[in-house]
Amino acid sequence: MQSDIKRLSLILLFAPFALWIALLIILPHMGMVVLSLREKVAPRVYEFGFGNYIDFINEPIYWNTLLRTGSMSILVTFLALLIGFPIAYYIAKIAGKRSRGALFLLCLIPLWVSDLIRAFGWILLLRETGVISTFLIRIGLIDQPIEFLYNDITVVIGLVYTVILFMIVPLVSTLDGMDNAMIEAGYNLGGNGFTVLRRIIVPYAMPGIVSGCIVVFMMTAGSYLTPILLGGKNSSWFTEQIYDQFITRFNWESGAAFGFLLLAFTSVVVWIGLRLTGQTLANTVAKS
Amino acid sequence: MNTATLTDSALETAYDLECSNIHKSFGSVRAVDDVSFTIPKGSFFSILGPSGCGKTTLMRMIAGFEDPTSGDIQIKGKSVLNTPPNKRNVKMVFQHLALFPMMNVYENIAYGLRCVGTDKAEIDRKVKDVLDRIALPDVANREIHQLSGGQKQRIAIARCMVMDPDVLLLDEPLGALDLKLREAMKIELKLLQHQFNTTFIYITHDQSEALVMSDHVAIMNEGRFEQIGRPEDLYHNPQTSFVAGFVGDSNRWAGRVVAEDASGFRLETDAGLVMTSVRAVGQRISAGQNVSIFVRPEFIKARKTSTPSADGGENSLQGRVDSVLFNGANSRVLVRGPVGELIEADVVVTGGADDLRAGDDVTLEWSAAQTMCFAA
Repeated sequence: MQSDIKRLSLILLFAPFALWIALLIILPHMGMVVLSLREKVAPRVYEFGFGNYIDFINEPIYWNTLLRTGSMSILVTFLALLIGFPIAYYIAKIAGKRSRGALFLLCLIPLWVSDLIRAFGWILLLRETGVISTFLIRIGLIDQPIEFLYNDITVVIGLVYTVILFMIVPLVSTLDGMDNAMIEAGYNLGGNGFTVLRRIIVPYAMPGIVSGCIVVFMMTAGSYLTPILLGGKNSSWFTEQIYDQFITRFNWESGAAFGFLLLAFTSVVVWIGLRLTGQTLANTVAKS
Repeated sequence: MNTATLTDSALETAYDLECSNIHKSFGSVRAVDDVSFTIPKGSFFSILGPSGCGKTTLMRMIAGFEDPTSGDIQIKGKSVLNTPPNKRNVKMVFQHLALFPMMNVYENIAYGLRCVGTDKAEIDRKVKDVLDRIALPDVANREIHQLSGGQKQRIAIARCMVMDPDVLLLDEPLGALDLKLREAMKIELKLLQHQFNTTFIYITHDQSEALVMSDHVAIMNEGRFEQIGRPEDLYHNPQTSFVAGFVGDSNRWAGRVVAEDASGFRLETDAGLVMTSVRAVGQRISAGQNVSIFVRPEFIKARKTSTPSADGGENSLQGRVDSVLFNGANSRVLVRGPVGELIEADVVVTGGADDLRAGDDVTLEWSAAQTMCFAA
């Protein structure tokens, strides 16, 4: 009787999660796989085959876009780590107890505004008639208005800005768990600042670094709004290709194949990253 | 070689550490207040004090993690005030050891050697050597979390000793261990210190750790050194009432001096107990002054009033046993004295019929020389 109740409550507690995974993740992806393996041979006539994937390989634009998305995502991840690490270190180790919470909250504030609004914020600042261009003309640094939008640098800046928070949070939590005495011991035994960072702080924070990088990389590679709004038509982001296939060309089969390729590609990159840093998913993402 | 360099080197070897007039303030709080001491080469020196007395701050200043507000710290005769922590040849065993969990034992010990650029063969040799000396030759490839508490302790010491420091600082490293292990580690630490023949500075609030291991102990209270001396001096000849109360157990009474003569004082506690004490060298108290009176339980002889008197001492009072606190060799009786206060006295409990039991009438006796009093 007692164990029946226990089992029932476990099932009830587990049910929403299981439904969510099954209905929204596993089922659609299986559908996608099936969809992507259909070849259109005539209007409304389909055949099983790898045609959609072969199309992808044969068309350099497609895989170039995927590689471009991947490499830019890696760049964004790297920049987010480079900028986020000192911020996280400051919040976790240097800031006083009271200011720590406030600083953390400040990092969270941008999340209160939607992605779209934040992207429009950047547009207001960076466009030809925007704040920065106008200001530079006003102080006489330039005579022609400059278009800061629609180039790779802007896309990278915008993406770093959007995702950096997801780098800072896991970093703060791992660095917070680090005993200050460990850093002092590093100095005490003769290490200089660089040695202590390289041999003690970074290895200790590695689970947080890897977990932040995975989250940031996945978010960047799968982002749509920021590259489109800040990069315009030139952004050539792979999600844009997928959108194009699904919506513009109404070629769901090809779109499904692209979606699957993006998933496979990012998974491979994450796997390589884990292998290179000697971490596992269990002690990185699962922990922080 | 001329005489000047001879005296220089003689001075250098005399003291491993010399602190003079060290002050440290955090805002308006004086953490360390005018502390001066010297530590001879190769000795085990403890700083004993209650928590918050400034001992950790003092140690952090020696290690270089804090700068003194004023005063000078010299290691082997050279001031280290402008030397950053990583350039001082002072190593520190942290309270929670701070072993690096992402490195194995070998890497932990080799870390310091790598920092100073020792070559690989030399590192191998030194790590092996130090592991042999701490009697853990086979743990080099273990991870830190695979070690027991006592092993971690020894690795933390080995990690410092492999650097051949002038001074090793230990910040209450036994605090986290359980009682049995702590007792064992006390002896082990003392042996390690003998073996390495390096100056150890040991910080603790546990008097038994300090008394058992140290050649010299400094008693610290509210940022000041109350007394520095050998453990037995501190115990038997405390200079201040804080030291008398902090080191060892005592019966403590507030009272005043009712009479004095050349040999000693006649004292009366606020509750009305009367006793005599011997004038100690340099003691400056006089009749009428308020004093704190200390008598250690092991110097009070308790005998049943019915048994014949032995030569107990100048002070004697009657009482009744309130309770017996049995603790093996450290057993004690609580005696309700003539004015109703409880007095502790050590007794030997043999398990025989002569043992004191609650309700027995007893006579407590102790000598005037064992009555310590300090101006209150």
